[in-house]
Amino acid sequence: MNLFTIAVRNLTYRKLPTALTMLSMALGVALVVLVLTISGVIQKTFDRTSNVGYNLIVGAKGSDIQLTFNTVFFLSQPVENIQYSYYMEYMADDGRQKEYERIGGVLKEPERSGLYSFLIKGGFAIPLCMGDYIGTFRCIGTTPDYFNLLKHGNDNDLDYKFAKGRNFVDYSDEHGYFEAVVGSQVAAEMKLNLGSEIFASHGAAGGAQHDQGFVVVGILEPTGTPNDRGAFVNIEGFYLLEGHVAPNRDEAGREEKGSATAPERDTKWSKVRLPIERREVTAILIKTDGMKGIGLQRQVNKSKFAQAVSPIGVISGLLNFFVKPIKWALLAITSLVCIVSAISILVGIYNSMSERKRDIAVMRALGASRDHITAIILVESVLIAVVGGFIGWIAGHAVGPLSNAWTERATGVRIDFLSINSIEELFIVPGLVLIGILAGIIPALAAYRTSVAKSL
Amino acid sequence: MLEIRNLKKSYAEPGGNKLLILDIPQLDIAQAEQVVLRGESGGGKTTLLHIISGIVSADSGSIRLDGTELTQFSESRRDRIRADKMGYVFQTFNLLPAFTALENVRLGMTFARKKINAERGKELLNKVGLSDRMHYLPSQLSVGQQQRVAVARALANKPRLLLADEPTANVDPANQKRIIDLIKDVCREESVAILMVTHSDEIANQFGRVERLEHINRAFADRIATSEQ
Repeated sequence: MNLFTIAVRNLTYRKLPTALTMLSMALGVALVVLVLTISGVIQKTFDRTSNVGYNLIVGAKGSDIQLTFNTVFFLSQPVENIQYSYYMEYMADDGRQKEYERIGGVLKEPERSGLYSFLIKGGFAIPLCMGDYIGTFRCIGTTPDYFNLLKHGNDNDLDYKFAKGRNFVDYSDEHGYFEAVVGSQVAAEMKLNLGSEIFASHGAAGGAQHDQGFVVVGILEPTGTPNDRGAFVNIEGFYLLEGHVAPNRDEAGREEKGSATAPERDTKWSKVRLPIERREVTAILIKTDGMKGIGLQRQVNKSKFAQAVSPIGVISGLLNFFVKPIKWALLAITSLVCIVSAISILVGIYNSMSERKRDIAVMRALGASRDHITAIILVESVLIAVVGGFIGWIAGHAVGPLSNAWTERATGVRIDFLSINSIEELFIVPGLVLIGILAGIIPALAAYRTSVAKSL
Repeated sequence: MLEIRNLKKSYAEPGGNKLLILDIPQLDIAQAEQVVLRGESGGGKTTLLHIISGIVSADSGSIRLDGTELTQFSESRRDRIRADKMGYVFQTFNLLPAFTALENVRLGMTFARKKINAERGKELLNKVGLSDRMHYLPSQLSVGQQQRVAVARALANKPRLLLADEPTANVDPANQKRIIDLIKDVCREESVAILMVTHSDEIANQFGRVERLEHINRAFADRIATSEQ
């Protein structure tokens, strides 16, 4: 027999009160771990989605948050558009020439003529057209580069893979300009398969549907990014839909009536494209190296045509502004729960003191010193706090893997038993257990002061 | 082995006056001697055992155990002396309900500083006839069996002196003699001195040396004389 086994035996003898006190400690710690796990999932989700494979978004001047949310998360209303010729500013002379030859039309000679091309040398610029919906999901008109050049994943090194089919192409003999790739969630929820024809509705979910459909030629594997919730169509086909033709505008921005007319096309397979001067883009995804990116952003923001925002900057700003304070508020609340649990340890052991006075006195009569008795009571509170805390820690971490079916689908983040652990956990969980231990000091002192002569 | 000289102890009464409980000029017990201290309730028997064992400190006087003066020691030192050299048998057995018979006996060894073979717990339970009840909880034992466990526990640390406070007061008559014989036999075998307090003539008659409290405790004798007047 030693002090530890005496303490263990005392606890196991009072099974129910011990179990209930441990449970309250376990629940408190499990809540804290759960809050840390949830905030970890939010952080990872933000990290994954902000790690989108490009470092700048260029769009019409306005709200940087709206531009980021619309482009990265496919949320919020689309911002205004910018001219396609502005997008061509990111191409070097030979690229601009090729683009002109490919598309055709009247290229207004831009003032700057490929001004930004050297700043994205080695990187890329991908145009996005937004504003339509496929069902409740956003329809994004873009080029095949979206899936050929963009990467995803924590280290931004994963190619987009197709669970079925392939990427859409600029023009196919089978479907003309009207091919689409859909994200995993879109395919699952809309029950789409290869060959399914999808029709975009103009301007809003449930709006007027375009007559021309797109044939699904690829379904993405789940990526855990907002792209799982996107329907991507060939930008060339997108431009040919009704209402997607940019009109001429005067200096005040007024539309010239009858100018927004689509080119005549006899069949779906016609190779006629919307000319450059009738094209607009909603956003341009830019990838370039860090220093050039900063220079590019500064330069674009100085211009009157567009703004450039860093999605990582906007997202981490939001994270710091909203998510982190909420996390700390939740942690404060759950820590209070733990303090209440610690008080319950105190009350539980303290209440047992009155019925254990005789036992304490007997041990003293057998030669136990006051220090022995204090140590036994402290070991009991340590055991309750540590075992309860450990059970809570296990339970808190087990919730993640158990909820993976839902979490992975909703956020793309898979939670393994220890995959979400924050630095705070290293301090908070032992801290809470320490509080539980400290709570044992008061009953231990009561035991220390027990009068042997009166209690025998 | 145990020498008590001029031992005094008083308690404060509710009115604030001090009531002298013990005033013992002399009491000696030799090694392995078996002594009964007989007296009525309120005579200070239990207080004397508490002071000898160091649970309560005396106001004045001297208690020497094997030549060592105990009254000058700090409480923690007295705890160690009690753990190493004394055994205590209570009137109400006071077995700890969470522990089995064997564990209760081993508790008696836990706080002693000297090395004691862990098998001694089993040997003692064998001696008191409870080898088949070692792993029973106190609630699963009869009253007589519980007191036999208490005797084994008091001897677990190989004490020099066994203090017994009315050990058969709660035991049925059939078991009383058995318990007393057990205590006497085991203590004789292990060369342990006994100081047993009781108010029972029947038990006192089983011991060779019987001290009457009113003879050794002047405070009690004075109280009796005052009440008779």
